[in-house]
Amino acid sequence: MFTMREAEAMTLLDVERVGKRFGGLAALDDVSLSVRPGEIYGLIGPNGAGKTTLFNCMTGLYRVSEGTVRLDGRVVHNRPPHEVVRQGFARTFQNIRLFPNMTALENVMVGRHVRTRAGVLGAVLRGARTRDEEAAIRARAHELLQFVGLERKARVLAGHLAYGEQRRLEIARALATEPKLLALDEPVAGMNPSERRQMAEFFLKLRDSGVTLLLIEHDVKLVMGVCDRVAVLDYGKKIAEGAPDAVQRDPAVIAAYLGVGAA
Amino acid sequence: MRIVDFLRARPRLALLLLAILLAVLPFLVGAGLGKSWVRVLDFALLYVMLALGLNIVVGYAGLLDLGYVAFYALGAYLYAWLASPHFGLHLPFWAVLPLGALLAGVFGVLLGAPTLRLRGDYLAIVTLGFGEIIRIFMNNLDAPINITNGPQGMNLIDPIAFGGFALSKTHKFFGIGVSNAHLYYYLFLAFVLALIFVAMRLQDSRIGRAWAAIREDEVAASAMGIDTRNVKLLAFAMGATFGGLAGGLFSAFQGFISPESFGLMESIMILCMIVLGGMGHIPGVILGAVLLTVLPEALRYVGDWQRALIGRVAVDPADLRMLLFGCALILMMLFRPEGLWPSRQRKRELHAADEVAEQESASVYDARG
Amino acid sequence: MDIFVQQLINGLVLGSIYALVALGYTMVYGILELINFAHGEVTMIGAMVALAVIGALMGVAPDLPGIVIVLGGVLVAVPVCMLLGFGIERLAYRPLRNAPRLAPLITAIGLSIVLQNVAMLIWGRQYIAFPPLLPQGSHEVLGAHISTLQLFIVALSVLVMLGLWFVVQKTRLGRAMRATAQSREVAALMGVNVNSVIATTFVIGSALAALAGVMVSAYYGLAHYYMGFLLGLKAFSAAVLGGIGNIAGAMLGGLLLGVIEALGAGYIGDLTGGFLGSNYQDVFAFFILILVLVFRPSGLLGERVASRA
Repeated sequence: MFTMREAEAMTLLDVERVGKRFGGLAALDDVSLSVRPGEIYGLIGPNGAGKTTLFNCMTGLYRVSEGTVRLDGRVVHNRPPHEVVRQGFARTFQNIRLFPNMTALENVMVGRHVRTRAGVLGAVLRGARTRDEEAAIRARAHELLQFVGLERKARVLAGHLAYGEQRRLEIARALATEPKLLALDEPVAGMNPSERRQMAEFFLKLRDSGVTLLLIEHDVKLVMGVCDRVAVLDYGKKIAEGAPDAVQRDPAVIAAYLGVGAA
Repeated sequence: MRIVDFLRARPRLALLLLAILLAVLPFLVGAGLGKSWVRVLDFALLYVMLALGLNIVVGYAGLLDLGYVAFYALGAYLYAWLASPHFGLHLPFWAVLPLGALLAGVFGVLLGAPTLRLRGDYLAIVTLGFGEIIRIFMNNLDAPINITNGPQGMNLIDPIAFGGFALSKTHKFFGIGVSNAHLYYYLFLAFVLALIFVAMRLQDSRIGRAWAAIREDEVAASAMGIDTRNVKLLAFAMGATFGGLAGGLFSAFQGFISPESFGLMESIMILCMIVLGGMGHIPGVILGAVLLTVLPEALRYVGDWQRALIGRVAVDPADLRMLLFGCALILMMLFRPEGLWPSRQRKRELHAADEVAEQESASVYDARG
Repeated sequence: MDIFVQQLINGLVLGSIYALVALGYTMVYGILELINFAHGEVTMIGAMVALAVIGALMGVAPDLPGIVIVLGGVLVAVPVCMLLGFGIERLAYRPLRNAPRLAPLITAIGLSIVLQNVAMLIWGRQYIAFPPLLPQGSHEVLGAHISTLQLFIVALSVLVMLGLWFVVQKTRLGRAMRATAQSREVAALMGVNVNSVIATTFVIGSALAALAGVMVSAYYGLAHYYMGFLLGLKAFSAAVLGGIGNIAGAMLGGLLLGVIEALGAGYIGDLTGGFLGSNYQDVFAFFILILVLVFRPSGLLGERVASRA
């Protein structure tokens, strides 16, 4: 058994009793979960279960009504999004939000913003330090493009990329912020089975490269296949958490979600 | 077009030719069109500075600033306060110009801070109001303490002078008389080149990319760790700084300023310049500024044509100016939103998106039950 | 005579005119989320057309009662402005509905300049006097004066606003407008003809603007090709104060702004020890705009608009 201290160190993302109300409507109610470093954690649930709401609460897009979200022990809820990113929590969007009129390379370079420093003076004078930083940004962006298999599309406008490529570019851009935790909102939505399989392999590769993943998904099969642990949301509440096969057998989950899919 | 290709293959030669052309331009213009056109040239350069500044705000960061001229006015008035008989102060230009730029930048931050976290259209209307307020203050701050001298404006403003060498006089070089308009031309040209340099470096930098990201998608930009408010504020302040600097130069060049020079229409004209030329693209912006400074001058001939055709001046050419600007804004947005001289990338993106958008709008809005 | 009550009355009169113009901004914003920059110019055109018709009628039929002549001006000005509003939407907004947000803003500014300058070419640069056709009487209320014209302006504004309220809340058209404001796409899928709802919104807003234009020129006794700019800016501030997109908010904001302005102009000299005079009256609207945007961007009655999107 672990001591309390060790157990805490084992938690990267700690969501504690988070609630979110829109007007009188409770979109999230007393949701707690904890993501450990180095795992792929899946968050599933039927449509409207509150997955994306939870996501937005964690990444600063929404204010939470109650509860706390901690990343590596530091509070990140109700902080401006850019500070959440600085803490090491990057995300992608369900409906891809790239900078469509910038090239793939530029998109990833923007991701380096938070880890670099050059200001107006640096930009204008372009001293040795700025030049080095700029070169490093560019080099890292190329590396990341290579990592997601888009090196050859570096100079293509993001808006002109194919759908799957855009998904991967968005991930590369998020990785550029050096996240401890990368949260992906329905990353395989709209993909065909073979593309999904590729993405699943890609997620495992990501995890093996040292990034912790939080996966929000609709595709139960994919989640069960790649995730180390899974939580299920239904009507804004967490109804199950644990290893995929255990969760899959949970009667509450079957009733709420898998049952609907099987019927 | 063969000349263009020839020069494109030899950028150094092209640059050299351009430098020579810029160096002799005032003499060519003065000899060919008359001395008054050299002054027009000077104004064109001032407007290039203003357009470059506004381009940072509108073209790079995508923020619509409709009161840009207020920063121009701040720079101009500060110069007049610190270097004219009005308060009996006569500070040298190298002290006053940076102060004016700084003051304008500070005002940019003060104005931007409360509004930049809101949607873009609010910024447009607040800046519009700000321009109007500044004008009201300029017009009315002559009593009880005479600060601005009201609608009469301030005059006898010190010219730019390097030691005893004042740019306001005609000087002789090697027996050639060089007038003040020529001297200011070279001074302004130096400033324009410096500002182009700054604007280009900014665009191609970490900050420039952050501006572009915000222009493209603010939510995604903040999810990339960009502090959108501060970065927007930075664009606003940078633009204002350019405006303040140009204002100081204007004050010194003209020797006289009044609220009339800083009306809303001036702001609109500068906006027109960058929209017409090509938002975000420096050569386009310069083209727009030069065109819109020179065209109204050319419009003066419209009066002569009217007299020749119908025997009297039915429509004052000056009145036509704004009308044409208004039409230009509308037509450009409807038919050529990328401007006359867009960057290649921008042209590509606008025309690729057209068809898709049209299809989408057709399918959604024509849906009827 | 009680200055406070007097300024309050003046403010309410001016405020009801602001409210009429503010309604046009707020309705368009509610549906398209765009500031219709040309709206102030529609007001100006309304005043100008009405004055032109009034002048012509006075020449043709000088024996007609003053009120009939003015009514004739209004009856021409309103449809002209409705047509103008329709045209503005068609030209400046519809083609650019999917363009970047900057595009329709710039077009609208262009239109506003064009309208101003066309008006200047037609009617000249001078101020045009509103002939003294309307009843000049004055009544005493609580130690202050209220003129028949003032009473008339307030009464007509209230009537028009009640009518608008009824249309928006109780009719099929109003329901379609509210649905479109909620979500254009969903409304379209539910069978609402979104294009025609948007066009109608512009037309109604422009009719109100025309009325306001006539009122303001009758009230000040003047019209000018530049009058729409400041009036528009103030009315927009009023709309923001009340909560942009919110119809009741525009009415409230307009009245409040009018009162604040009148009281401010009345007391600014005392407040600043004579440093600033009533020539700063036009500054108040702007300061209120900034204050509202800083402290309560949703306005008094509005929902949250400080969108992150």
